[in-house]
Amino acid sequence: MTSLDDYLAPMPSEAEMVQLLTPEGERVSHPDYTFAGTDNQILGLYRDMHLVRRLDREATALQRHGELGLWPPLLGQEAAQIGAGRALRTQDFVFPTYREHGVAWCRGVDPLKLLALYRGVDQGTWDPTTTRLAPYTIVIGAQTLHAVGYALGVLHDGAVGTGDSNRDTAVVAHLGDGATSQGDVNEAFVFAASFQTPVVFFCQNNHFAISEPTERQSRIPLYHRAEGFGFPGVRVDGNDVLAVHAVMSAALQRAREGGGPTFVEAYTYRMGAHTTSDDATRYRLSEDVEHWKLKDPLARVEAYVRRRGLAGEEFFESLAAEADALGVKMREGCKALPDPDPAALFDRVFVEQTDELAAQQAAFLQRAGAAR
Amino acid sequence: MTTLTSITLAKALNAGLRKAMEDDPKVVLLGEDIGALGGVFRVTDGLLKDFGEGRVIDTPLAESGIVGTAIGLAMRGYRPVVEIQFDGFVYPAYDQIVCQLAKLHYRSGGRWSLPVVIRIPFGGGIGAVEHHSESPEAQFAHTPGLNVVACSNPVDGYWMIQQAIASDDPVIFLEPKRQYHAAKADISLDESPQSLWASRVVREGSEATLVAYGPTVATCVAAAEEAERQGRSVGVIDLRTLSPLDLDPVLAAARATGHVVVVHEAHVNLGMGSEVAARVMQECFHSLEAPVLRVGGYDTPYPPSRVEESWLPDVDRVLEAIDRSWSW
Ligand SMILES: Cc1ncc(C[n+]2csc(CCOP(=O)(O)OP(=O)(O)O)c2C)c(N)n1
Repeated sequence: MTSLDDYLAPMPSEAEMVQLLTPEGERVSHPDYTFAGTDNQILGLYRDMHLVRRLDREATALQRHGELGLWPPLLGQEAAQIGAGRALRTQDFVFPTYREHGVAWCRGVDPLKLLALYRGVDQGTWDPTTTRLAPYTIVIGAQTLHAVGYALGVLHDGAVGTGDSNRDTAVVAHLGDGATSQGDVNEAFVFAASFQTPVVFFCQNNHFAISEPTERQSRIPLYHRAEGFGFPGVRVDGNDVLAVHAVMSAALQRAREGGGPTFVEAYTYRMGAHTTSDDATRYRLSEDVEHWKLKDPLARVEAYVRRRGLAGEEFFESLAAEADALGVKMREGCKALPDPDPAALFDRVFVEQTDELAAQQAAFLQRAGAAR
Repeated sequence: MTTLTSITLAKALNAGLRKAMEDDPKVVLLGEDIGALGGVFRVTDGLLKDFGEGRVIDTPLAESGIVGTAIGLAMRGYRPVVEIQFDGFVYPAYDQIVCQLAKLHYRSGGRWSLPVVIRIPFGGGIGAVEHHSESPEAQFAHTPGLNVVACSNPVDGYWMIQQAIASDDPVIFLEPKRQYHAAKADISLDESPQSLWASRVVREGSEATLVAYGPTVATCVAAAEEAERQGRSVGVIDLRTLSPLDLDPVLAAARATGHVVVVHEAHVNLGMGSEVAARVMQECFHSLEAPVLRVGGYDTPYPPSRVEESWLPDVDRVLEAIDRSWSW
């Protein structure tokens, strides 16, 4: 029997996680998971990570210049997001939190749409039906239930286990380590298990919920929790894009084949503050940040690529140029984003406009006219 | 004479919490990020250091859990003070507040009292993303068994938080986040404050009466000053207590001026203004020169921050309402 002391012992950490590329850039094997992609795909993953890191840096800078109200940085989580995002098929559907900029990138969302949300111009207006990415969710954990419901719909539509790779569909719910404490999230686990829905819970354990360390949410490794709900849980090195891709590909495939839910814990670290309004020095040690710098998700792929001679200098140079162009597009595009027309705020409250709102809109317009 | 000099609302609330914790060892704080970080608005800054983890409890990220646990602590004789990080995140705890906290005194035949305070930073105007600018007061004021109060300035913040903690009933304690780091004030510790359940005449005025609470008190004072420059004498009343509603000063003013405008950020439809207007009409029908008017948020979701200023009631809209009342 497990004694209380076992539970209160420090959480086992990296020993249990799936890793396919070491921080030094060495490929290693794992009995259950392999990265099946080509060298070219590895270069593609590197390119994605490089560009979303730039996207993130530009957005943080834009916030510092007063162009955005807020920005939640993804720094350090590039491998987790790109590995998960690139394991998707077109028909899969994704329910993000508010930090899934890398996943949005993989779904083809224009980065300016992300900036618009955090600039306060709109509330996230990419088209969820074509990008198959739901709007960002700020209320912690709420989206996990939506994912399970969507997946239940997929199941009822018979869009799993047909063997047709263009039809079989998986759903991903993104969440943080802090979110695992929410009632909604625990109810999502119960529903997912009970109905065996084709959903993958992808938890980025970045070690903090604003200031609170993961230990405040759980005394056991998060992925162990899945077992209690009746589905498998696996911990993957969240800074290893190859391992995340492999583990997510397997979990998504299991879902598409009708195998039911999986919980994937990507073990990573939030290198920045929680958001640009947060002061992380109040609650964490700079030694920890230094320690995690050695596990940088980009550096290890770069080391591998260079050592193996997968790409020459021109690859890195053209990527740098591409990143610069992205930076320019973001800086110029952000400042050019128009404020919404205040009168339009009345339009999308309901599908069928009510008389009351139409009257409020008319009065609003009259006031605006009079003020002019 | 002892005075706290030139402090902000955030600091005043911090001082009030500290005083309540010193005075009564049963007072405990619960919430997300209230420990090392001191809360996202720093209202609990330094309290962990001085009172320890047993009394400043950084909780898991779960609002239903926080409020439900606070209820259990109260059943065990503690006086929990809960921080909800932002207004929009109180809803996961809604069941615990509305079905449990509000009703347990009644359901236990009066055997249990539930001295739980739920602090909620509320209202907009800080350029935040969605769910960070809501005004949920009417949802709670509509629930029997809950007291709902809103402070509007450092002096009230300091006293009201202590009085709320001392109350044996649950109190929803609303803090206008736009005011946390705004106007500073001196707080005299020798003066005994008004009751927690009393509204306050902020400014006398003979020609119209503005009724506000929380963030719109400052807006209404600014509007009254502007009206005065334009030659009209306008009074301002800070309700402070939304449930129970202390309308005596409002009724007196309504009888004297005949013109009443209620101003809040919350949606007008079924907002606090509806109750105030109905009661004023019921009590002062013959003294009114015009119907009681309401100025508030439109009945749309809170808008993206770049246009929130055109959504929030501002001085212009308040002045316009006074004019409308006068031209009735
Ligand atoms: C219901 C709810 N409560 C509180 C918050 C405020 N809040 C925003 S992010 C956050 C921490 C989330 O931590 P985690 O789930 O680990 O995700 P991370 O941001 O670290 O990726 C908190 C408390 C919120 N958005 N929603």
